Formats: sequence, structure tokens, C-alpha cells
Amino acid sequence: MRSSALVGWFADIGLADRLEVGGKGGNLGELTHAGIQVPPGFVLKTAAFERFIHALESESPVRERVESLEADDLGAMTALSAQLRARFAAAPLPADVADAIASAYQELGNGAAQSGVAVRSSATTEDASDASFAGLQDTYLWVQGVQQAQDRVRSCWGSLYSVESISYRRKRNFKEKNVAMAVVVQTMVDARTAGVMFTRSPLTGDRSVMTIEGSWGLGSAVVGGEVTPDRWVVGKITGEISVREISTKLIRHAAAAGGGIESVRVPEDLQRVACMSDEEIQTLRAIGRKVERHYGRAQDIEWAVKRGSEEILLLQSRPETVWSAKESAPVGQAAADPSLHVLSIFGGRR
Amino acid sequence: MNALIKPKQFPLPSSLKVVPGTERAQAAYPYYTQFSAADDQRFWFYNSMHFPEPMSAFDMVTAEAAYCALGAVNTRVHCLPTTLGIDHRIINGRVYIGGNSVTDPAEIAARLEEFKKRAFYYYENWERLYDQWRAKMLKLIEDARSLPKPELPELEPLANVHAGRGVASNHILFDTYQKTLEGYFRMWHHHFEFLLLGYGAYMTFFEFCKKAFPEITDQTIARMVAGFDAEIFRPDDELRRLARCAVELGVDKSFQEHASVDEIIASLKLKGEAGREWLQELETSRNPWFNINVGDGFYHYHRAWNDDLSMPFASLSAYVGRLNAGESLHRPIEKLQAERRQLIEDYRELLATADERAAYDQMITLAHRVFPYVEGHKFYCEHWYTNLFFNKIREFGGLLAAHGFFPDAEDVFQLTHYELESAVIDLMNAWSTGSQPRGPEHWPQLVAERRAALAVWAKHATAPALGAVPDVIDDPAIVMLWGITRESLDRWLCADSGPNQDEIRGVAACRGVAEGTARIITTVEQMSRLKKGDILVCQITNPTWAPIFDKIAGAVSDIGGSMSHAAIVAREYGLPAVVGTGNGTTRIKDGQRIRVDGGRGVVTILH
Repeated sequence: MRSSALVGWFADIGLADRLEVGGKGGNLGELTHAGIQVPPGFVLKTAAFERFIHALESESPVRERVESLEADDLGAMTALSAQLRARFAAAPLPADVADAIASAYQELGNGAAQSGVAVRSSATTEDASDASFAGLQDTYLWVQGVQQAQDRVRSCWGSLYSVESISYRRKRNFKEKNVAMAVVVQTMVDARTAGVMFTRSPLTGDRSVMTIEGSWGLGSAVVGGEVTPDRWVVGKITGEISVREISTKLIRHAAAAGGGIESVRVPEDLQRVACMSDEEIQTLRAIGRKVERHYGRAQDIEWAVKRGSEEILLLQSRPETVWSAKESAPVGQAAADPSLHVLSIFGGRR
Repeated sequence: MNALIKPKQFPLPSSLKVVPGTERAQAAYPYYTQFSAADDQRFWFYNSMHFPEPMSAFDMVTAEAAYCALGAVNTRVHCLPTTLGIDHRIINGRVYIGGNSVTDPAEIAARLEEFKKRAFYYYENWERLYDQWRAKMLKLIEDARSLPKPELPELEPLANVHAGRGVASNHILFDTYQKTLEGYFRMWHHHFEFLLLGYGAYMTFFEFCKKAFPEITDQTIARMVAGFDAEIFRPDDELRRLARCAVELGVDKSFQEHASVDEIIASLKLKGEAGREWLQELETSRNPWFNINVGDGFYHYHRAWNDDLSMPFASLSAYVGRLNAGESLHRPIEKLQAERRQLIEDYRELLATADERAAYDQMITLAHRVFPYVEGHKFYCEHWYTNLFFNKIREFGGLLAAHGFFPDAEDVFQLTHYELESAVIDLMNAWSTGSQPRGPEHWPQLVAERRAALAVWAKHATAPALGAVPDVIDDPAIVMLWGITRESLDRWLCADSGPNQDEIRGVAACRGVAEGTARIITTVEQMSRLKKGDILVCQITNPTWAPIFDKIAGAVSDIGGSMSHAAIVAREYGLPAVVGTGNGTTRIKDGQRIRVDGGRGVVTILH
């Protein structure tokens, strides 16, 4: 498994390669280096995208037209988006790019029955801590076979020109020439349970607790809000589970025959059962701490428990953006005389 | 008034009536403890935390001495800026208390300046003053122990005459009584010398943590502060030690589970040298560590282990059984201490700025400085000294009973301390004149009446609070000692109208979830009803009930904050506990199956 100008395997890349492998790809590389288990995979680098878009640009401009859009001109934006996505869908992949995907895909399948891969957008602007791009670009699950994978790569690239994505960039006045997309291709995890984890409280910003949400099946049901997940709040240091809300989980996402995912009804006897054991919550907490230590800041993590092996794998980790951006008043400062602190209790109306 | 009063607002003191037929018993309490019309203007709450059962006439001395001392320290010694002392009133044997807040900003500011000069000196010189405190307490205990046994010989002993003592035994009797009472009042001053300052420093750190880590649990903060070697844990540690001794000496067979104390001791005496050696170890432990009450020490009938060995021996047999089952009873103090250091360090690391870490360091240092007192004082005050005090009064009871004042020595506790002094003077007078004391005609009927009244009062539930609820409860004493806040009062008020009738909310005292059969325990005597796996439901859990903590699965109490002794000890034993439910003992029925979620502070009746 050798990385090349077009393909970077997770073990060979990191956040420093962001411009080539995008935020998601870089983070998956970082996690691999930190010793965190992630589903194996590779990144089709931005060079592949550049080669593809270069071919398009030689016919007629792409980036120039996007950058000239007014941020509030939704009509023009919608029209251009439709036009560009049609061009993306119709244009053939450059031959070396198509080959690179095919051979990396074969390599990824070696050693294990390749039941499917996830093809995930990894934009260079994505997952930066100052601009959460969450959900603006596409992810395709249970993609099967080289042909489907190649098509989904093109779909990912095209999603960079969806109305939402363009609008997001225009509002922030991004330079289009800096906008490129790498694509992550990784083994699909047949998830028994999956969900998200914040390494600080999304409710209060408390750095001493982690919040974990999970549900049966693939994490897309949780992320997409299609199920009310089970929820735990666990002390980062103590491991104490202070909140344990087990909800009624009516559906789960599972692999659909022929690729993609479908909603399946959860059997009645599992609907009200916790989708994670307390031991698994503790394992997840330890993983969360390790990831947070590695990055030196709070993380927003997607995870899955692999059916059969019951291992916990991370699908994604990115910096927590909401609380980190808040200027919070300091909760205290040293006093000239330490006794002065007690006035918070004795000094009157608190 | 047979059921607990469940008002939307608390009843006024004037609406609370003395139970018919007990008026004379009520009248025994001093005039200054009776509710007056003006008391309707104030907020009061029933101090079921310290006085969960109706108080006999004599035992009221505890409320009086304690509030005299607490008030003096708060009002005039340390000058707490926002609060003065606590007033108390007695009705149907129940003690209601009300705080005196300072609300005038100018007065608060003036008191604040005084507070800094006084309290800050204590914080700065804590270790030295606390060492001095311990010496003072030990001296006070020694003085109490050396008081003579009250007795009146037929003739003054010749030795006293030849020594030219110049005072006769009846005066010594009077002197001993006054010194006994004086010592008790003095002890309570010592008790409060550090108490509020200690709790305040702890709460300062507590609140800082709650701000820095909004979702941190109370018990995590408690674990950062709690020590592991406080005197209050020693009695139980001694039982563990004695159990190990028994196994090591090979005399463990003597500790059969249902054997009586006498049977066990008789069996040990048959075991020769090893048995004698164990009994020697028992004596070592007894002094002073068996000077601990089976209750909270506020009632004369909360007898010490030393006075009734059945309680410690029951636990001993259980501990021996556990050792023989291969369990280690060792509390790994060094490991616990290392864990505590790590916990403090890990949380420190999570703080955002160096400034916050500096504040954290200052506050945890202060909390650690005060905590040995917070955990330790109770052994010296509420247990050791209080035992000596009640036992000395019991000796007076014996003497008066012998002179026909009442049938039984225990009856002495049906007299107020004023009345007891008058009985002592009656007796010393009679002894001196050679005539008969008047007490035997006077007391027996009153004693019988008062005993009957106590039995009647015990069956009457009483309102948890009286009067208008204040908008804000800003009295650090009330908040810290009783866990009473605006929120907890609101909880009490709507206890009956919440969306879930089967859910009772309180203060999360110790994490963990337990399910079991509820046992409502309102007196110490009822404790024997507890079976393994039961959940104790009481007005207040007591730290010296520690030996039964091994038996029960969880605990629920009506009153108590996260700083109550019950909470401290529950955390030490890892016993799921919810305190401060307001009225758990009346809403939960004995025998019901309940779930205690000590992390969330919720009790659920499962039916």
C-alpha cells in the first residue's frame, strides 16, 4: 500500500497535509498515528480533483464563475449549481485518476471480504475549527464495486458545488482557487451501534464531562436526527456516568441491497435496551480522552461499534467549534489574600 | 394532624396546636422557647436533621446550648456579614428554627470589615488554632471525666473532716451539677468555634468547581476534599482491626452471628491466653474510640458503644464473617490519598487559564486546611463529650431515684435542666436539714405525664416548615448546615402535586443506583429491623450508623445537604444516598420497593 501523488493511505497522511487530503482525510490520518482504531482506507487527494476540474475549466470556466456570484443572489447561484453539477456528472474521470481509484480499491479489499466502502467528501476548508462544514458535503455509504466508487467520487466533487456549499463559501468570501476536495474511501463498518461523542458538554461547555449519543445500526440515523438516541454524560476523569437516558429507538440504518442505506425497524425487544454497555461507554471515554489529548482540544467525534468483533472504531474527529469560540468570563482568579475567596459564601447576595 | 401537612404554603406557627392532653408537658419547656404571636411574621423550619424525634424536657439543653454557641460565634465572634444566630422554638417536642439574616447593606458592609479581621485570622492560623482547639477539647473532656460521682453519704467522710475541706457533700453535689451543665455549654462554644468557617471554605471550593465544571457531581468535589483518617472514621476502623485480631489470634469462632455480648465474652474467657489478649485489644480500642453514639448524640438515649457493646459486637461478628469469607477489610488509605491527588491534578489541568488554576489552588488548599476539623470535631463534641454529659446526668438520675424523686434513673431526662437544678437543691437542702425532700411528692406525676406526651407527640407528623417562604435564602449557615435553599423549599411545597407522584427529589449525596425494600426508621431502636439489601429511609442518616452501611443497599433522608455528615459518610462507604427529600419518611411506605438514584438525587417508588 504505497501512497502516490493521487492516493494517500491513512498511515501516511496527517493534518499537515490538509491541502492535499482535506480536513476529514487529514484527521483520519492523525487518528491512525495516535493509535486510534479507524476503518482502514485511503484518500483520493485534491490533485485528482484538480486534474478533473482542469479538464473542465479548459472547456469553460468553473471557479471564476462561482467567485463572481453575489452571496445573496440565490437565483443565479441555483442556476449555476445545477449547471456545474451536470457537468461534473457527465465528464469522464481522467484515466490515471480512474486507475488510481481502481487499484487502491482493490488493495483496500485485500485480506477482507470487501462488502462495501464509505465514500466521503473531504474538502480543504472542511472541519477547520473556525468553520464547521458539517453536513454540507456528501457522504455515500455501502458503496459497492469500483464503478460505483468512481461515480461516488464524482458525486462528492460535485457536492462542492451544491447551492448550500456555494452559498456558505460566498457568505464567507472564500477564495475559490483554494477550494478543492479530496475524497476518503474507507471500509464500511457494519455497525451494531454508532453515534457521536463530544469531549465537552454541548449543553454547558463543561470540559470535565463527555456526552455520548448512540443508537442501533449506522451512525447516519443519529447524525441525521432520524432517531432519538440513547444519551450518556460521563465524567471525563472519574468515569462516573451521571446521566443515562435510554430512549425508544424505533429505527436503525442498515446497508441496503445493491448499495446505500435503508431504514429498518428495530425489533420491539431491543427498542428500549441500551445500545451500549457501561464498559463500552468507559472504553469510548478512554478513546475520547486519547483523541482530545492528541489534538490538545475538545473534539466532536463519530464512532461505531463493529458487529461481531465489538471493537469501537472512530469514523471522524473534528474540533468542537461552538464552545471553543465563546469568550467565557474566567471563573476565578488568584486573590492577594486566599481568605478573600470565602466572601463568595459569606459576603452576601450571591 | 395525623398525616403530614401538605400545604401549598407552609402553615403559620399560630396554627400549630399543642396536641390536646399534652399542654402541661408542653408548658415544661422554657417560656422563651414557646411560639409567640410575633413568630407568625417569620419563616421557621423543623430541624428534623438534628432533632428527628420529640425531645424530652432535659434533652432540650442540646438545642439551647448549641444555638447559644452558634449564635454567639456568628453574631459576635466572627461577625458573619449576612447572618446572625438561629432562634429556636419548641412545640409538641419538635424543634423549629429560624435564621436571623442581616439585610441592611450598610450593616453588612460594617460586619464584613469585622469579619475580615476575625475570620481571616482563623483561616491564616488554622493549624495552630486547631491544635489549640484539640488540646482545649481534651482538657474539657478530662475535666468532665474527673467530676465526682454524685452521692450523699449518711455522714460526711472522716477524711474530709480531718482534711478541713470546709464544704460538705451536698455542696459538692450542687457544684458538680453546675460544672456538668457549664461544661456542656462550653463544649458547644468549642464546637462552633470553627464550624461555619470550615464549611464556608469547603463551600467556596465547591461553588468554584460548579462554575468551572457545571456538570461536575457533588460527590466528585467531595472526593477531592475528603480526608480518610478523620477521627469520625476511627471507631469503625477499630472494629475492623479487632475483627482481624480475632482471626489472627484464632478466636474468631467466638463471634457467632447471633451470639450476645455476654456469650461472646464468656467464650473468649475460655480461650486462655489468646482470648485474654483479644479482650486486652478491645480495651485499647474502647478508650477512646468506643465513645461513639449509636445516634447523633443529641438524645440521652443515644447510648455509646462503651455503654452498650451490643452494637459494635454485632458489627464485629459481621466483620469476622467477611474476613473468613476471604474479604479484606483494609481501607487502602495511601491508595485513596494518591487517587485524590490525581483527581485534583486532573481537574486542575482542565481549567482554561493559569489564573483559574491559581484560584483553584488557593481554594483547594484552604478546603484541605479546614477539612480535618469538619470531619473530626464530631467525635470529640457530639460523641465523646456528649456521652460523658448524659452519663453524668444519668448518675444524678440514679441518686434522685434512690431518694424517691421518681421510679427510674432515666426519668431524670423528663426534667428540664432548671428543674433538675431545683431537684438537686431540694435534695441537698433535705440532706442538710435532716428532713425529707419534697421531690418524691412533686415529680413522679409530672414524669409520667411527660413520658406519655412524648409517646403521643411521636405519632404526630409535623409540618416541615412554617410561615411565609422568603424570596431568597441567603443565610450561609442555613444553606450549608441544613441544605435548605429556595429550591428545596419549593420542592417540599409541591411534593404532592408534581407530574410524577412516585418520584421524590432530593440532594444527590452519593452516586450509585440501588433498589430494595424501604425500611422507615425513625428511632435508633428500630434499626434492628433492617435486613440485608434494605434501603434505609430516615429523617437523617447518622455517620455512626456506619456499621449498618455494609448491610443496607441505599439510604434516603428527609433533611441534609451535600455537606451533611450523612452525605460525607455515605460517600466514604460508596452507599447510594439521596438526602434532603423533605418528607421521604412520610411519602414512602414501609415495605415498598424503591429505587435510589444517588447520582441524580431521585427516589422512585416502584410499588
